[in-house]
Amino acid sequence: MTLCSQVCLLLWKDLLLELRRRDSLLTMFFFGTLLLFVFHFSFDLAPDRIMDMTPAMLWLAFLFTGTLGLAQLFHAERENHCLDALLLSPLDRGAFFLAKTAFNLLLMILVELVVIPLFWILFNLTAWNLLPQFFLVTLLGTIGFCVLGTLMSAITLRARARELLLPLVLFPLMIPVILATIRCMEAVLRSGQFGDVAPWLRLLASFDVIFLTAGVLIFDWVIES
Amino acid sequence: MAEQPQPVKRRKGIFGGLALVAVAAGLYWSLIVAPPDAYQGDVQRIMYLHLPSILIAYLSYFLVFVGSGLYLWKREKRDDLLAHAAAEIGVLFTALTIIEGSIWGRTTWGVWWTWDARLTLTAILLLIYAGYLMLRSLIEDQQRAAGAAAVLGIIGFLDIPLIHMSVYWWRTLHQPPSILRPDKAPWENVHPTMLTALAISFVGFVLLYFYLLSLRYRVGEMREEIKARRLARGE
Repeated sequence: MTLCSQVCLLLWKDLLLELRRRDSLLTMFFFGTLLLFVFHFSFDLAPDRIMDMTPAMLWLAFLFTGTLGLAQLFHAERENHCLDALLLSPLDRGAFFLAKTAFNLLLMILVELVVIPLFWILFNLTAWNLLPQFFLVTLLGTIGFCVLGTLMSAITLRARARELLLPLVLFPLMIPVILATIRCMEAVLRSGQFGDVAPWLRLLASFDVIFLTAGVLIFDWVIES
Repeated sequence: MAEQPQPVKRRKGIFGGLALVAVAAGLYWSLIVAPPDAYQGDVQRIMYLHLPSILIAYLSYFLVFVGSGLYLWKREKRDDLLAHAAAEIGVLFTALTIIEGSIWGRTTWGVWWTWDARLTLTAILLLIYAGYLMLRSLIEDQQRAAGAAAVLGIIGFLDIPLIHMSVYWWRTLHQPPSILRPDKAPWENVHPTMLTALAISFVGFVLLYFYLLSLRYRVGEMREEIKARRLARGE
C-alpha cells in the first residue's frame, strides 16, 4: 500500500467514527460560537476599533476550539488497546501522523467555514469580498496549529491530566503561528492586500513545512515511546 | 548505594571549588574594580550577572536538544539524564535572567516588565521548558516520559528561531547590544576593566554551570539506582 492510500484509509476510519458519534465536531462548533459571543460581551467594542481587535479574538476562539478537538484526537485509540493494534499493523507511522493531522484539520476547517461567516454577521463587517483571502490566511494558520497540535497530543497521550498538560506545552510553541496569523488577518481586514505582511506569510508557510516534515520523520518515536 | 569512585568525587570537589573562586572573583571585579557606567551608574553592574545567566540558559537548551537527539537515536539512559538535568538548570537560569532583568528595567526604564522582544522571548523560553519539566513529571512510565520529553526537547529547540523571528517583528525596545557592535571593536567602546569583569563572570558561571550539571546528573543516576533496588527487593 502506498503512503497515500494508507493515509486515506486511516482518515476514513476517523471520519466514520466521527460520523457515528459526532462528539468532536458539534462540541467544537458550539464552543467556537460561544467564545465569539463571550468575547463580544466582554470587550463591548466601539465600531471603529473592531478592525484592530477582532482578528485576535477570532483566532484565539479557533485555537481554544482546536485544543478541545486535540484533547479528543487520540481518544478512540486509547480505548481497548486500539493503539497497540494500529502499531502492530504494517502501516507507516508517518501515514498515521498525516491521517491524524488531516482529520483534525478537516474538523477545524468545517468549524471555520461556519464560524467565519457568523463572525462577519455578528460583528457587522461589510466587506464580504475579503472572505476568500481571510479563509486562506486562516487555513495556513490552522495547518500549523494542527501539525504541531497532533504531535503534542501524541506526546501527552500517556500523561496524567493530559487535557490540562496539552495546552501548557502547545501554546508557547505556537507563538509564531498565533502572531503571524493575527497580523495577516488584520492586513486582510484592513485592505485585502498581503503586501506589508509578506514576511509573516512566509513565516507561517515555513512553520507549516518545517513541522509537517519533522512530524512525519519523528512520529515513529513519538508514538512508540 | 553504589558509591562514586574516590577520584571522581575529588575531581568534582575541585571543580566546585574552582567555580566558587571564579564566581567570587567575578563578583569582586564587577562590584568593586570595574567603574560604574557613565549613564546608568551602579545599576549597570547587574549586566555582569545578566549576560552570563542568559548565556548559560541558552547553553542548557542546546544541551537539552543534544541529549534528546542522542536519546532518541541510541536509547541510552545517560543522554536522557543529561537532557533532564540541563532542562532543569536552564529553567532556573532563565528565571534568574528575568528577575535580574526586571530589577535593572525598574531603575533604567522605570517599569518592572515591558513587552519588548527579548524579554518576551525569554519568558516564552521559560514557559516552553517549564512545560517540558511538567510533561516529564506527569508521565508515570519512565521510559515513555523520556521518549516524550526527548521529542519535545527537539521540537522546542527547532521552534526557537521561528519564535525569535516572530517576536522581533512584533516589537523591539531592548537596548541594542553595546559590546558586540558592528561599528566598533569591543575594547574601543567599553572600559577594559568592564570587559575583564564580564569575562571573569562568564568563566565563573560556565564553571558553576557544569558543576551544577554534574550534581544534578548524579541525582538522576541515584534515583535510577533507588528504583532498581526497590524493584529487586520486590517493593
